[in-house]
Amino acid sequence: MHKDNQPLIFELTKEGRVGYNLEALDVPSYDLADLVPATYIREEQAELPEVSELDIMRHYTALSRRNHGVDSGFYPLGSCTMKYNPKINETVARYAGFSHVHPLQDEATVQGAMELLYDLQTSLTEITGMDEVTLQPAAGAHGEWTALMMIRAFHEANGEGHRNKVIVPDTAHGTNPASATVAGFETVTVQSDENGLVDIEDLRKVVGEDTAALMLTNPNTLGLFEENIIEMTELIHSVGGKVYYDGANLNAVMSKARPGDMGFDCVHLNLHKTFTGPHGGGGPGSGPVGVKADLIPFLPKPVLVKQEDGSFHFDYNRPQSIGRVKPYYGNFGINVRAYTYIRTMGPDGLKAVTEYAVLNANYMMRRLEPYFELPFNRHCKHEFVLSGRIQKKLGVRTLDMAKRLLDFGYHPPTTYFPLNVEEALMIEPTETESKETLDAFCDIMIQIAKEAEETPEVVQDAPHTTVVSRLDETRAARTPVLRYQG
Amino acid sequence: MIKHRYLPMTEQDQKEMLDVVGVSSIDELFEDIPEQVRFKGMYDIKPAKSEAALMKELAQLAAKNKDTASYTSFLGAGVYNHYKPVIVDHVISRSEFYTAYTPYQPEISQGELQAIFEFQTMIAELTGMELANSSLYDGGTALAEAGMLAAGHTRRKKIIVSEAVHPEYRDVVKTYADGQSIEVVTAPQKDGVTDYEALQQLMDSDTAAVMVQYPNFFGQIEDIQPIGELAHEHKALFVVSANPLALGILTPPGKLGADICVGDAQPFGIAESFGGPHCGYFAVTKKLMRKVPGRLVGETVDGEGRRGYVLTLQAREQHIRRDKATSNICSNQALLALAASVAMTALGKQGMREMALQNIAKTRYAKEAFEQAGFEVVYQGAHFNEIVVNTKQDVTAMNKALLEKGIIGGFDLARVDERFVNHVLLAVTELRTKEEIDALVAEMGALHA
Repeated sequence: MHKDNQPLIFELTKEGRVGYNLEALDVPSYDLADLVPATYIREEQAELPEVSELDIMRHYTALSRRNHGVDSGFYPLGSCTMKYNPKINETVARYAGFSHVHPLQDEATVQGAMELLYDLQTSLTEITGMDEVTLQPAAGAHGEWTALMMIRAFHEANGEGHRNKVIVPDTAHGTNPASATVAGFETVTVQSDENGLVDIEDLRKVVGEDTAALMLTNPNTLGLFEENIIEMTELIHSVGGKVYYDGANLNAVMSKARPGDMGFDCVHLNLHKTFTGPHGGGGPGSGPVGVKADLIPFLPKPVLVKQEDGSFHFDYNRPQSIGRVKPYYGNFGINVRAYTYIRTMGPDGLKAVTEYAVLNANYMMRRLEPYFELPFNRHCKHEFVLSGRIQKKLGVRTLDMAKRLLDFGYHPPTTYFPLNVEEALMIEPTETESKETLDAFCDIMIQIAKEAEETPEVVQDAPHTTVVSRLDETRAARTPVLRYQG
Repeated sequence: MIKHRYLPMTEQDQKEMLDVVGVSSIDELFEDIPEQVRFKGMYDIKPAKSEAALMKELAQLAAKNKDTASYTSFLGAGVYNHYKPVIVDHVISRSEFYTAYTPYQPEISQGELQAIFEFQTMIAELTGMELANSSLYDGGTALAEAGMLAAGHTRRKKIIVSEAVHPEYRDVVKTYADGQSIEVVTAPQKDGVTDYEALQQLMDSDTAAVMVQYPNFFGQIEDIQPIGELAHEHKALFVVSANPLALGILTPPGKLGADICVGDAQPFGIAESFGGPHCGYFAVTKKLMRKVPGRLVGETVDGEGRRGYVLTLQAREQHIRRDKATSNICSNQALLALAASVAMTALGKQGMREMALQNIAKTRYAKEAFEQAGFEVVYQGAHFNEIVVNTKQDVTAMNKALLEKGIIGGFDLARVDERFVNHVLLAVTELRTKEEIDALVAEMGALHA
């Protein structure tokens, strides 16, 4: 890969070049001054590029070559479930009957789209063990906030609006406390014990009559199943709180344990993770929320229902609903992809997904254990967390090892998370990777551990082969340049 | 053992891996799940289907929908049927883009980061704002985030939203505001534009923001500059939700006093897709830079002085700030922002203006055609994309009849306000031909007769 800068598209501009093709205007042309008051007529045109179609294609092709995706190579980014993104999903989502359908068309003209959504929400209800699912939220964080708003409405409807505390473990995804704040709650953190699980005694201390909810991901972000889950959900319920399941890690338990059966009252899913979204470089996602019966009245509007005659309908007559969380009906295009995936896998396929994801993670954990510190030595689920403490003593940080992996064509694991493990490396292989890929990656990790002992500077100065070396992030933040200046 | 094209595990692999792990079966790895909550059956969902059979089934399901590729659509209300340069889909189908995660490792994500930096630049240019973020879910949630930013920035608890803002956007603002115990007050519309006098009465020292839409929900280019001045007199922020295509010919909100400009980039190469995913944008003045929700990409250099791009100003964000973050958002609509960038690039400086001009000219032509046919076009101000026509008949029934003529009619305004019975909101984009517009006018006339 050559290391020259790829010019910005604005730097490729030449006045007079075009990359578009519009039909000639077939109605009379009007003088803009006759249509729009002078104050509102734009005087200076926006400085957009002027390039030909080939210029555009070459530019973006060059950019794509400076980007690593799942199709480029292994991507064991913990908690992100970077599995293969099936191509059939992309084809189906582009069918004209799905992609060229307007959200405000008469319901009679979009029954096919509604049927797909209904079947998807029914499937997700079964997969999560909940009573109903909404497909409205646009992403995981949006789903978290939607569910917390429902919990808030539930407590208020029961005359318990004073419940203003949401409990989150110290291992929680950062979005959990942020979503709680946006939904108007205060966050209380509960500590983990020496086994990496929620400290039940600490949990007992923080629960009370002001508890609105406990947010939990299970398995947690260490990849460990919270074995005391029943005790925990019962404890929260005993004081009148609700228990929320962060479904970011659902890939670990499909067909093995359902949030609804564990005592959770609501759950969000990341369809772009477990159900092959794809991630799109950071979005779009889709974050459906499943709830138990007592939260159904508070679901966001509209609620998709099947009527007695078999037709599908968006029900707006929901007086206790938290309201609308998004225009229209969620990220339909992503929901189509997730549905296609579920239909491709079927019940036995989804079961195998979880089994192989968990076997892959345990296999890698055991292969790497002799070379890195393993803070919690027990079977993991879909991911596991190593500590770089041994290497840190040699002057090599986890950040350095992550950057060294880039030299071998790998996307590094998640680093420095969860926060309760020093120099954390969080590895999630997923089920779509072969043993050969896992072995090759482990071999490189072991090589890097050896380099840390023998030639630490090779790791400390990495990466050596990428189009840019480490970038000055301090400079970017201190003197922000957020747009092309010309 | 199941054989599946996405699952490379073989029996031999499984055996070797179990040996390394030191267990005799996969089930042993799940023994930490308490017996009472273990799921022992199989999901009661449809069985797996082969690739070919599933494609056929889903193609048939898709065919049950009337799509805007085969019908002539006059439906808008926030989502539009526009020219989508074919190149857009070819770019976003490059899997280096669509199979990547958020660009946390900048050395191997320069493509995505640079593309977002270019997107931020184009949005800032179009809106006339000093900077834009990397995108948000959609226009509605972007407007809600603007409200949250304004309330936090001003430490005030009231947001005033014009009734001429998209009703679904207003609903979303309300839901977000509920979470923060912020009051949302609607400033009524009069003659299809924000009622300035009524708005004046609503302004007070607790007003965090005034929100308007440009062009507004009824397609009117309303006189928003005095509204911005009024907001600033009361030290409230002026928030403008703008159709970015219209900004090809309209004075950008940044020149009209907007503190925050949001909207949806769907008109740029993004399919209607039954309402999503689309692409919210969020642009602000420099003063608000450190309060922007979502991802921001900034330019910097590497150790050898080469130009490069990184996610920046992350101290605002949830993974650092947790409960003190400016927003809980942790993604953007990267792939759609890419689509919009490609479309904006294809249109370019000249095409953006030409396409916007075509839209306003065709909207004007439709207005005159309806008036000549004896219909009342109820608002007489300047229009972009949309007009409101009194059809003198039930709109839902009329749309059913139009469908048989191959036409998807406009939005029945009675769905949002019963005062609008018999009124339709019709959208005319550059894709509608003179013949199609004439045919719509003729069919609606015939139906009424």
